[in-house]
Amino acid sequence: MRLDILNRGYRPGTKVLFAVIRVFSGHPVPDAAKLVFYRPGFYGDRAKTFTHEAMRGPSAWSVADRELMAAFVSKVNESEFCISAHTATAGQAYQDGAKVQAVLTDLDSAPVEDGLRATLRMLGKLTREGTVSAGDMRDVLAAGVSRQQVEDALAVCAAFNTTDRLADAFGFELLSPEGFESGAKYLLKRGYR
Amino acid sequence: MPEEDKKRAAHRALVDRVLNVEGRTSAQQRAQAFGNASMPPPLGTLISKVATSPAQVTDADFAAAKAAGFTEDQLFELVIAAAVGQSARLYEAGLAALAEATGHGEGR
Repeated sequence: MRLDILNRGYRPGTKVLFAVIRVFSGHPVPDAAKLVFYRPGFYGDRAKTFTHEAMRGPSAWSVADRELMAAFVSKVNESEFCISAHTATAGQAYQDGAKVQAVLTDLDSAPVEDGLRATLRMLGKLTREGTVSAGDMRDVLAAGVSRQQVEDALAVCAAFNTTDRLADAFGFELLSPEGFESGAKYLLKRGYR
Repeated sequence: MPEEDKKRAAHRALVDRVLNVEGRTSAQQRAQAFGNASMPPPLGTLISKVATSPAQVTDADFAAAKAAGFTEDQLFELVIAAAVGQSARLYEAGLAALAEATGHGEGR
């Protein structure tokens, strides 16, 4: 990462934890996981709580749908680390990697329900342009998405617009495909806490 | 507490922490980064990229900010403030459009 403190500035107990994770998982600790251990009272503790609530808290959206939203928002932001991480996680969650790739390649023709497609389109516009209109929201609602689901999707969007920015600014190191799959397995088992 | 409020409450708690906890930068500096307020380069260049084009951030942006006297811990705080700030604006813009579309007030 671009700041040495994020590579080396951890407390001794945290360094031991990273070493244990490396041994048991067979992969280095991803930078996304490291970041939340650095001065957790500033960012990590509350970021984990919010992200976990958005991604794993109660919602009419499935975990797979929310991971797909995370991958999609990351694609709009061109955030390579997060695209890979959440493409892998959504693919495992759906047990259908091709569906995830189809959405990221061409949302209009991808084999997803109209409500999810409309929601992704709105999240993409919001992320790209910084704003959406009431008309854009009416399109999503008209596709059968509830008001609550829109709110839940906006929480996912907020969480990943933050994480994408930090991944690219701090320079998270890309993992091997196996590393991303291993991380995805962890995220589906344990979430973001 | 309804679940939707739990998500928003958790977000507000994050924003509050990043803006107000005692850190290595002043609350004013963090508020400026959060708001992507115009700040002189080189810090302003880095912060603006984090907010609007994060994939364009380079090693040189950090090197220039450090050369201008910012420590790594200060840059850690300001980059996070900028990222959380931009995301908060998107969240608010989305919720406001939703409220307008459904005729609900925002002050729930």
